[in-house]
Amino acid sequence: MTPNSGWTPDQPIISLRNVHKSFGELEVLKGVTFDVMKGEVVCIIGPSGSGKSTLIRCINALNDIQEGSIQVEGQEVHDAHLDKLELRKKVGMVFQQYNLFPHKTALQNIMMAPVKVLKEPKEEVEKRARALMAKVRLQGKEDAYPGELSGGQQQRVAIARSLAMRPDVMLFDEVTAALDPETVKEVLVTIKDLAAEGMTCILVTHEMGFAREVADHIYFTDRGVIVEHGPPATFFTEASDPRTKEFLSQIL
Amino acid sequence: MARDIPGIAAPARTDLPVLKPFRPGSFAPDSMAWSRWLAGLPPWTPLALLAVAFAWPTVAVAQTDMSAGEAWGILVRWIPFIVGSGFVFTVLISILSMLIGTLLGAMLGLAQISKNGLVRRFAWSVTQLFRNSPWLVILYIVLLALPFEVVIFGAVLAIPDWVKAVFGLSLPIMANISEIVRGAVQSVPTAQWEASESLAFSRRQTLWQIILPQCFKRMIPPWMNWYAILTMATPLCSLLGVEETITLTRQALEAENNRPALLVPFYGFALILFFAYCYPIARWTISLERKFAVKL
Ligand SMILES: Nc1ncnc2c1ncn2[C@@H]1O[C@H](COP(=O)(O)OP(=O)(O)O)[C@@H](O)[C@H]1O
Ligand SMILES: [Mg+2]
Repeated sequence: MTPNSGWTPDQPIISLRNVHKSFGELEVLKGVTFDVMKGEVVCIIGPSGSGKSTLIRCINALNDIQEGSIQVEGQEVHDAHLDKLELRKKVGMVFQQYNLFPHKTALQNIMMAPVKVLKEPKEEVEKRARALMAKVRLQGKEDAYPGELSGGQQQRVAIARSLAMRPDVMLFDEVTAALDPETVKEVLVTIKDLAAEGMTCILVTHEMGFAREVADHIYFTDRGVIVEHGPPATFFTEASDPRTKEFLSQIL
Repeated sequence: MARDIPGIAAPARTDLPVLKPFRPGSFAPDSMAWSRWLAGLPPWTPLALLAVAFAWPTVAVAQTDMSAGEAWGILVRWIPFIVGSGFVFTVLISILSMLIGTLLGAMLGLAQISKNGLVRRFAWSVTQLFRNSPWLVILYIVLLALPFEVVIFGAVLAIPDWVKAVFGLSLPIMANISEIVRGAVQSVPTAQWEASESLAFSRRQTLWQIILPQCFKRMIPPWMNWYAILTMATPLCSLLGVEETITLTRQALEAENNRPALLVPFYGFALILFFAYCYPIARWTISLERKFAVKL
């Protein structure tokens, strides 16, 4: 992040060590450790309430942690002096409910942060935004308001909106969970393209087929800890943890 | 999955759906009830009022020293005075009070959602104090507390009573606008805060560029509602001797020797003036409210 953090691209771009997170009395993360290399696609699966959302929200400092360490490009996130805004310029996030700005058109949604936050020239940003609209296969919808778009279209605008900041890492929190089965695919295709281009992605997902296809590594979380992990080739067939087995048998 | 955003959301315990507990306050009438009622009246209401006011001398037998026509004739002579000086001044007072109240109220409302807990508590207290005190008491306190003149750079500047009245009326307006601003900002889902935060917007940028533009329209109908309520409250100033509609009506009646048969027609006319001014505002307010409710 800062030039003097000593991070080089051959080191993990994201590194979690023994992360603990509580909401008051409720301990949601109980010591989570993993690394993500640049260009890797990591999927996090697990039952509802196991802390998946909390985990990835800690990575862009939407939630703070009580113990342990999270480093993004060598920069400690769990640091009171951290410039959160600088961190978030590097880490994009897409939510389950899209959360587009309803008073702005699709194009304006994409342009807003680069223009207002990065202070980039408007013409340049607009060019990039239009290219992003094409990339997520939404040409012609530039002037539509979120309310006029389907869930799948809104989610793709949300992805484009994050990409417009040119992040180094993208976080996806169950981005297809609120969509109709038919529109799930169009969003997954967009993410797959992104992964193929070498974007570092951390995805919370219930789409096992998708995870098997694009993930470099899969983590299974339950009750705040990672109970099983591995590359997709072995994860689905050789899971040894009983909870993972049970979960997979239910979902596959 | 609501997260605690200081000043915006109470800390959420869980994202599971839960039954909302019973809230006694939820049965309180909504603040727009007044405009809703006024806008619901048929447009011929002022004519009916006028007819009743003038039929009064004829009906009240004991007082019939004068026919309705005679009363009307006397009133017509006074109308330029009551409307031209009195009501114009009423409108001026209401507009000035509204301007000051809106300005102060917007600032107080934003202070109510400040990140700083101390600022928030202070703004909340001021808001509650002026929202829940009788307007007349506030007026008297302002009248007595403000000096009747101030010295600026050696020049003595008198503060006339009507200026104090404007300021006094603007205080309850300030408090109610403050609540409108706070309520509107908090009506925007916290997910919007999180979305813009994760795009690296600062809190200030989020508020001004994402949140306020979304809820600005929502504030307009309740704001207009308070303008109409304020206008209806301006006769309170007559108790301070400010020469608005009611003061001048009383002066006119005195000039006519306070003849009993004139009282109801004159005050009835004043009522109709207020009605004629506030009725279109209320209709407009409610139609805007409907329009904005459909489209964000
Ligand atoms: N802001 C919050 N305040 C209190 N508890 C929370 C908050 N957010 C999540 N939780 C709790 O943390 C646990 C994990 O939630 P979450 O990370 O959303 O799980 P998942 O995404 O795996 O379904 C749940 O029990 C949830 O109720
Ligand atoms: Mg979740």
